[in-house]
Amino acid sequence: MIERALVIGAGIAGIQAALDIANSGYEVVLVEKEPSIGGHMAQLSETFPTLDCSQCILTPRTVEVGHHEKIRLYTYSEIESIQKDSNDGDFNVTIRRRAAYIDWDKCTGCGACQEKCPFKVESIFERGIGPRKVVYTLSPQAVPNKPVIDAENCRYLQSLWDIQAGRIPAVDKNGNPAKPKCGACLKFCPTEAIDFEQKDSLIEEKVGAIIVATGYDLFPQNRLPEYGGGKIPDVVDGLAFERLLAASGPTAGKVLRPSDGKPPLEVVFIQCSGSRDPERGVPYCSKICCMYTAKQAILYKHRIPQGQAYVFYIDVRAGGKGYEEFLNRAQEEDGVVYLRGKVSKLFREGDKIIVKGADTLSNRTVEIAADMVVLATAVIPRATSRKIAEMLNLEMDENGFFTASNEELEPVVSAEPRIFLAGTGLGPKDIPETVAQASGAAAKVLSMFQREKVTA
Amino acid sequence: MSIAYFPGCTLSTKATGYDVSGRAVAKALGMPLEELPEWQCCGATFPLATENSMALIAPTRLLAQVQKSGGKVTTLCAICFHVLRRSQNFLETHPEMLERINWFTEEPYDGKATVTHFLEILRDEITWKGLSEKVTNPLKGLKVAPYYGCLLLRPPAEIKLDDPENPTILHDCLKALGCEVIDFPYQSECCGSYLAVSKPELPGKLAAEILASARRHNAQALVTACPLCQFNLDYPQRPEHQVLNGNEIPVLYFTQLMAVALNLEPDLWGMDKHYIDPKPLFEKYQVSATSNI
Repeated sequence: MIERALVIGAGIAGIQAALDIANSGYEVVLVEKEPSIGGHMAQLSETFPTLDCSQCILTPRTVEVGHHEKIRLYTYSEIESIQKDSNDGDFNVTIRRRAAYIDWDKCTGCGACQEKCPFKVESIFERGIGPRKVVYTLSPQAVPNKPVIDAENCRYLQSLWDIQAGRIPAVDKNGNPAKPKCGACLKFCPTEAIDFEQKDSLIEEKVGAIIVATGYDLFPQNRLPEYGGGKIPDVVDGLAFERLLAASGPTAGKVLRPSDGKPPLEVVFIQCSGSRDPERGVPYCSKICCMYTAKQAILYKHRIPQGQAYVFYIDVRAGGKGYEEFLNRAQEEDGVVYLRGKVSKLFREGDKIIVKGADTLSNRTVEIAADMVVLATAVIPRATSRKIAEMLNLEMDENGFFTASNEELEPVVSAEPRIFLAGTGLGPKDIPETVAQASGAAAKVLSMFQREKVTA
Repeated sequence: MSIAYFPGCTLSTKATGYDVSGRAVAKALGMPLEELPEWQCCGATFPLATENSMALIAPTRLLAQVQKSGGKVTTLCAICFHVLRRSQNFLETHPEMLERINWFTEEPYDGKATVTHFLEILRDEITWKGLSEKVTNPLKGLKVAPYYGCLLLRPPAEIKLDDPENPTILHDCLKALGCEVIDFPYQSECCGSYLAVSKPELPGKLAAEILASARRHNAQALVTACPLCQFNLDYPQRPEHQVLNGNEIPVLYFTQLMAVALNLEPDLWGMDKHYIDPKPLFEKYQVSATSNI
């Protein structure tokens, strides 16, 4: 067995697992499809229940990964294929590194290209709250701090390809050869790192063990038509609200609603948006929403003290160290109003959002004219995790989460030999639990490598 | 080509305007409605009790009549449509219940009838394009707000007529007639339904919210496909109720607007039984030329 591990996904689970293995002296190949590592944790403002700055506690780890001599980090890369070697049981992994159109060996991360790029598009990382440039890194703390060019939206690349494919005449009407448009980054890059001829590359790696940490997505708002179906700008999901609260976010931590940039004075939080709804959403509890909603309501009150936060809930699930106390704090210290009941419908009327719900404790219907609504949408597995499951022959449950070989006693061990699981790809969980699982999966890999040594 | 038609009780009594205009427009579109030779009440509500065989007898008997008349029926009344379609779904998926009910009815039902709402006939057979081509008196500039209510759309898994949250079928119909269609948030809120009977003050309150919202969105008329919605929104606007205080909004059936847009005779518009008279809205659309019929 080759004593090298592959970790798929570099969110906090993948990062933790990679560091644990690498710090024990074994090599790790860490693959992340985004341009930089950190996953959803890099999007969060603060963590519950301690209200630590998420970026601040994450950055030391991302930096350690970036510099670690035992970690080979492939960002902006995806797993192309994995073949099991029938002789030794090792895995032959092919990684597709997407063309960034920037030579990262030459790039110093100075940011000149991002500054000079004239085009902005909606940022998925900012959850639609703010834009990004076409040349971009996910955040100023990005690891690696090397930008990528979004080819689909790049004027230069699109016009270059049009010329190459003959969609634009090769010679213009004055007889000069046609030139691609824009090229601002090309002009301003001080190290000539821009490389528009770059192509995707395939990298081969051989590993003896795999940790799958593919993470989660949020239930799409367009599947919640009763909550506006994603068409009302001031109805956002939990991650978007995190970006509004985050100091590194598009509003620099000011809570301003997306439609008109005004501070919202009444904010309604709707828990279980899509969760615990077997008919129309997902049947399971997404586990983190009760706590992050309480956190968001508290942080909102800290930013806008004269504002009022309301939370609609089915029941509050605060099982965890310091969690119940945190929730009480939201209600008692920050005056967050908790209403037990579901919201049946909301709609836009003028510049307000009318929220129609029920308060089942007072047995009345409630109508709130809110300035902003935050949906705690369900945690669902990453769409790409199915591809990984098929490649590795992993079992998934009916909701698309990976299943461990024994959910009680071996929660991080898959049914396939030498393949381990960690994080929200297995099901919804918070950061401490994710990290614990990641360390658990890493320990399984390490004990396997160690056993090999002892018996060899 | 004619199509079997079940008018139902309300369209024969309180909502004759819906019936008259519906039959007239269907004829003008070349698809006349052929009333079922024998029919009775649809049951008025779809039974939700665990033991529902008694309440299913009425719709089953009706569906047996449909079977005799070609196997496909259309309705105008949203409630009849709702009860019949759900009963049909239920009987199709519960053959043991169908068998049991067939013991009690004089003519057995095979469980295979098709229940449609007239809006579906318009959408799927005549098509909106086909309808707009027949419009000779387009209702240009008339601001109308479609009001769907609930029974026409819900429960969506069984009714399968349109998206229950953002329905468009009435919008599309009214657009084909040349109207300016107004989207307002209360378009699929409850009108109060049968509470009009047991708690008469409640529908008035609900109607006031719905009407006020339509008013805020500058609607000149509300348009519905349900006689109970029509009643619950129209009746509370009588002067003594002071719901909108002089800002009354007529509540029409879509077939009535179709009758005007298809340039039919005014006595086929069926606009005599409204509490808030809609006729003034149509003065400028009244064309004296010969009608299509």
